[in-house]
Amino acid sequence: MAKVVIDQERCKGCGLCVAACNFGNLRIGENFNSKSYKVSEFVGEDCKGCGFCYMVCPDTAITVFRDEKVEVEK
Amino acid sequence: MSNQILERPKSLTQKQFHYCPGCHHGIIHRLIAETIDEFDLREKTIIVQPVGCAVYIYEYFDTDVSEAAHGRAPAVATAIKRVSKGKFVLTYQGDGDLAAIGTAEIVHAAARGENICVFFVNNAIYGMTGGQMAPTTLPGMKTATTPLGRDVKKQGYPIKVSEMLAPFEGVSYIERVMVSSPKHIIKAKNAVRKAFKYQLQEKGFSLVEFLSACPTGWGMPPVDAAKWVEENMTKQFPLGVYKEVGLDD
Repeated sequence: MAKVVIDQERCKGCGLCVAACNFGNLRIGENFNSKSYKVSEFVGEDCKGCGFCYMVCPDTAITVFRDEKVEVEK
Repeated sequence: MSNQILERPKSLTQKQFHYCPGCHHGIIHRLIAETIDEFDLREKTIIVQPVGCAVYIYEYFDTDVSEAAHGRAPAVATAIKRVSKGKFVLTYQGDGDLAAIGTAEIVHAAARGENICVFFVNNAIYGMTGGQMAPTTLPGMKTATTPLGRDVKKQGYPIKVSEMLAPFEGVSYIERVMVSSPKHIIKAKNAVRKAFKYQLQEKGFSLVEFLSACPTGWGMPPVDAAKWVEENMTKQFPLGVYKEVGLDD
C-alpha cells in the first residue's frame, strides 16, 4: 500500500522516526553506514503512508511512496 | 505503481546536514525549504545566515545566501531588502546569535518594522561552542558554564524574545512553535507559511521562534530531548501567537 525508503547514508540513527511511527514499521537495525551510524530500517507490512517519519526526520533521509488511490476500509 | 509523495524539498541541495543526530535544525531547514518551494520563491530568496551551528546554511539551501557578522543578520537583511526590489529576504538565527550578541540589531529591526522574516531557533544553550549557558537557558538548567544549574540570583532570568518584540508597532507577526512531534511540526509549518505571507504582502517584520532540541549539548538521547522540550521548555516559553495584525485575504 505504501512504503518508506530510507537513505542509508543520510540517516544518523537518531531514532525519532521509530518513536513517531504509530504502527511500529521502523526500527534501528544492526547495519552500519559509512559514518558508523546504526541506521533506521523499514520493516513494516501495514504502512499507511502518513508521513510522520518523513516529518520528524532531521536529515530528510526518508522518502515516502504511496499509491495514488488509497483504499480506506469502512 | 507507487507514486512518490514526500521527498527532500527542491530548495535543499543534496549535501548532507552536518548537524548532530536528532538535532531539530534539519527539521526547521526542511520546513523553510518546503515553504520556499510552495510559494515558488527559490529564484527570489536571499537568506542571511547566522553564526552558530547553522552557519553552513549556504551549503544546504539552493538559494542565494549572505553571511553576516555574529548577530548582525537583521541589519544585513535590512540593507538587502531595501536595495533589492522584489527579493524575498529571511534570516535564520540561533539564540546565541539573536538573543545574545545580536540583541540590539533584532530590537531595532523590529522597531523599524523592516519587511523581513526572521526564523529564530531557541535551543536554550550554545550548541556549537560546547553547551555553555545562553541568555535563553532555563532556570536550574545544567550547562557547561553553570554546572550546578542556572541560578537566577547570579545569572538572571532567560530572555523571552517573542514577548519582548511583540509590543513594537512595526511588528506584524510573531509566533512561538516547536517541532518535537508531527502535530507540532504541522503547526510550525503553518507559522512559517504565515510569516512568508506577511512579507509577501509587505506587512512588516515577522518572526517565528522555534523551540528546538540540542541532544548533544543537553546530554540526552534525541527522543528524550524532544520530550524535554515539550515538558520543560514550553513552561518557560509558552507556545502561541504573540502578535498578528491580519493578512489581506
